[in-house]
Amino acid sequence: MGNANTEGRQETAAPAIELRGISKAFGPVQANKDISIRVMPGTIHGIIGENGAGKSTLMSILFGYYKADAGEIFISGQKTQIPDSQAAIAAGIGMVFQHFKLVQNFTVLENVILGAEDGALLNTSLRNARATLRQLAQEYELEVDPDAVIEDLSVGHQQRVEILKALYRQAEILILDEPTGVLTPSEADQLFRILRRLRGEGKTIILITHKLREIMDITDTVSVMRRGEMTATVKTSETNPQELAELMVGRKVLLRVDKAPAEPKDVVLEIENLRVIDDAGVERVKGINLNLRAGEVLGIAGVAGNGQSELLEVLGGYQTASGKITVNGQEIDLTGKKSDGQSRRARGIAHVPEDRQSEGLIMDYTAWENVVFGYHGDPQFQSGLFMNNAAIKEDAAGKMERFDVRPPNPRLMAKNFSGGNQQKIVVAREIERDPDILLVGQPTRGVDIGAIEFIHKQIIALRDRGKAILLVSVELDEVLSLSDRIAVMFDGQIMGERLPQNTDERELGLLMAGVTGEAS
Amino acid sequence: MFDVLTDLLTVLDSTMRLSTPLLLACLAGLFSERAGIFDIGLEGKMLAAAFFSAALAYVTENVWLGLAAGIGASMLLSLLHGVASITFRGNQLISGVAINFLAAGMTVLIAQSWFKQGGRTPALLSGGRFENITLPFADALSVIPIIGPFYKEVVSGHTILVYVALLMVPLTWWVLFRTRFGLRLRAVGEAPEAVDTAGVSVIGMRYSAVIICGVLCGIAGAYMATGLQAGFVKDMTAGRGYIALAALIFAKWRPWYALSSCLLFGFLQAVALRPDLIKGYLGFEVQVQLLDALPYILTVIILAGFVGKAIPPRAGGEPYVKER
Repeated sequence: MGNANTEGRQETAAPAIELRGISKAFGPVQANKDISIRVMPGTIHGIIGENGAGKSTLMSILFGYYKADAGEIFISGQKTQIPDSQAAIAAGIGMVFQHFKLVQNFTVLENVILGAEDGALLNTSLRNARATLRQLAQEYELEVDPDAVIEDLSVGHQQRVEILKALYRQAEILILDEPTGVLTPSEADQLFRILRRLRGEGKTIILITHKLREIMDITDTVSVMRRGEMTATVKTSETNPQELAELMVGRKVLLRVDKAPAEPKDVVLEIENLRVIDDAGVERVKGINLNLRAGEVLGIAGVAGNGQSELLEVLGGYQTASGKITVNGQEIDLTGKKSDGQSRRARGIAHVPEDRQSEGLIMDYTAWENVVFGYHGDPQFQSGLFMNNAAIKEDAAGKMERFDVRPPNPRLMAKNFSGGNQQKIVVAREIERDPDILLVGQPTRGVDIGAIEFIHKQIIALRDRGKAILLVSVELDEVLSLSDRIAVMFDGQIMGERLPQNTDERELGLLMAGVTGEAS
Repeated sequence: MFDVLTDLLTVLDSTMRLSTPLLLACLAGLFSERAGIFDIGLEGKMLAAAFFSAALAYVTENVWLGLAAGIGASMLLSLLHGVASITFRGNQLISGVAINFLAAGMTVLIAQSWFKQGGRTPALLSGGRFENITLPFADALSVIPIIGPFYKEVVSGHTILVYVALLMVPLTWWVLFRTRFGLRLRAVGEAPEAVDTAGVSVIGMRYSAVIICGVLCGIAGAYMATGLQAGFVKDMTAGRGYIALAALIFAKWRPWYALSSCLLFGFLQAVALRPDLIKGYLGFEVQVQLLDALPYILTVIILAGFVGKAIPPRAGGEPYVKER
């Protein structure tokens, strides 16, 4: 413990957390550069920044998950060393990670006591924890069945377990890393109610997010990070989303997508009674019907894991299915030899897959190799028996330049680009083929605001050239602003179709949670 | 005519003896794999333990010193596996295979250098072996039909290590499912990041598991050389480490299931020892080679996944690296 006499003199005025000069590098990447921040007790303090700005790294340092290269940490005015999570817990810090740290086949109770057991035998620990949990559940509206196994719980409930874990360890400071990314809008509202309640009880909360709306909704103070540096800390009541976005990106950005009304033409893609059963024998898509017209963007909204991924996989040609899909009037093969990516591309379907790192790119290959993948058999890239690498490289350089991939160096490996630039490589490859139908999965997941703006523009430009776009995204904002028509998926079914101008987040949120019928 | 009961009791009696090394090795693997460290090196550790226990028991004429030497040798190899796969985050399969080769070669080499009997140890005399223990009332109860002879022939009359192995089953269950240590051990094999963020050392937990694995493998190997047989011979474990792994998968990484699957394998090995009985009861001769192959055939069937779906610990085989 530090010097309590001098530092802790003004108990009331001491910040709950103060970081001074925190720096952390991962190899050549400087994730945090000389960061200082003060978080006052009993407040909700937002930390906002683009992906890769260093928010999570900073908080992981505070929780002892990573070790800072330099800098000091003060908890309630006292200098504190946090070499590991044990020390952070002892200092009253709890953290809910973006990817939950739960043991999937343990019960809620077992997860809560793990590492905080009362003694060498489990029985007493479990009994005590059960009582404490019941008390916490009442106090903070955090009801969870203590005997439920984690993998049977919804994501929202799993998150509650993470919060309970922190409270069980008597955390006074709670850090949440992108907590709403996996929640339905109503689950997110519920989470925010819980957070307000915790603040009411005097707890200090740090909320990491890249969603401006959440910051405006719930925080008292907000700090903005950009490229590993803390660029500003302001009172939420004294700022606005536009200002925050500019602080995050470092230039003016367009938060809304600028687009003219769609001019839909003929139906180019027709899906009838599509069913998908996955490898585990679970029916993921339960007989859906959809059609897509040239010149429109059809957005599929839904919480992750409700069959949207499987829908894309079937259309992309790497998942078998039953039912009927017609492209430009011709039925396509869903099970046999002609059910692969190559055949789909031949039919004019291009695909920007949901997970660019595992499906869209080969991370250890160069950018130019990645730009040609899938189209490497085209005659212009051949030279007798061999590939015409010169032509491929030239073509890749052009595409990368037009799509503003930075750095514009085709010889760099895919893994050396930032998330946004990786995504631009994939989008460039697919859009530049000028496909009749473009499938896009989570086009802006883990992509910074600047790149989001660019990718959205390209998608709309393709639409305006009379092409059809099927967009799957878990970001409701994105679906609402890009789509000309919105279908909501829940539990493998289409819950309904809406026009973006006639609906709102609330109605779509209810459909995403499986609630049908007119809400009003 | 055959005396069915007597024949059955003799086969069951050898089942007990033959199951013991399998059971100990299987539980050893259970501790290690439940903590997320796959251990294909059970075989090598048993072999090393068999040799060093026999060597020391022969030289000192004290079987307990032999047992200690066996456990020590096995633990050293375990720690080697731990350093390779936990500290240096190496490939656990490769490290295990290396240990198997190391043990197979080193035991014979050292045996030849020390005893000059063609890679074996001299036969152990009575002081160098574990003696059979007659449990209380074995004779008195033998008048009771079925139960009496069963108690006398099958339950009683084994070395202490057989009973140690049997007691390890409830003990393992209790440790895994009723203690803090067990909770953390299982968690570290399922989700090490959850253990880490809960403020518990992943590395510490995994090393403890690996050490327990070494101790149990050591007992298994020592039993082979000083209980089941009298001395070490080249490759005497004969794939029992692999059979124990198959039994572990068959048992779905649970202690009580491990007992039954090891008894099944032990039974097959016991049957293979008595081709005369097979001929007598079936009326035709089954080739000895085929009988000998039975446990291995079952192993292949189990490993091919014909016996239900076994879900291994989720973090098994993966070195723990903090995600970025």
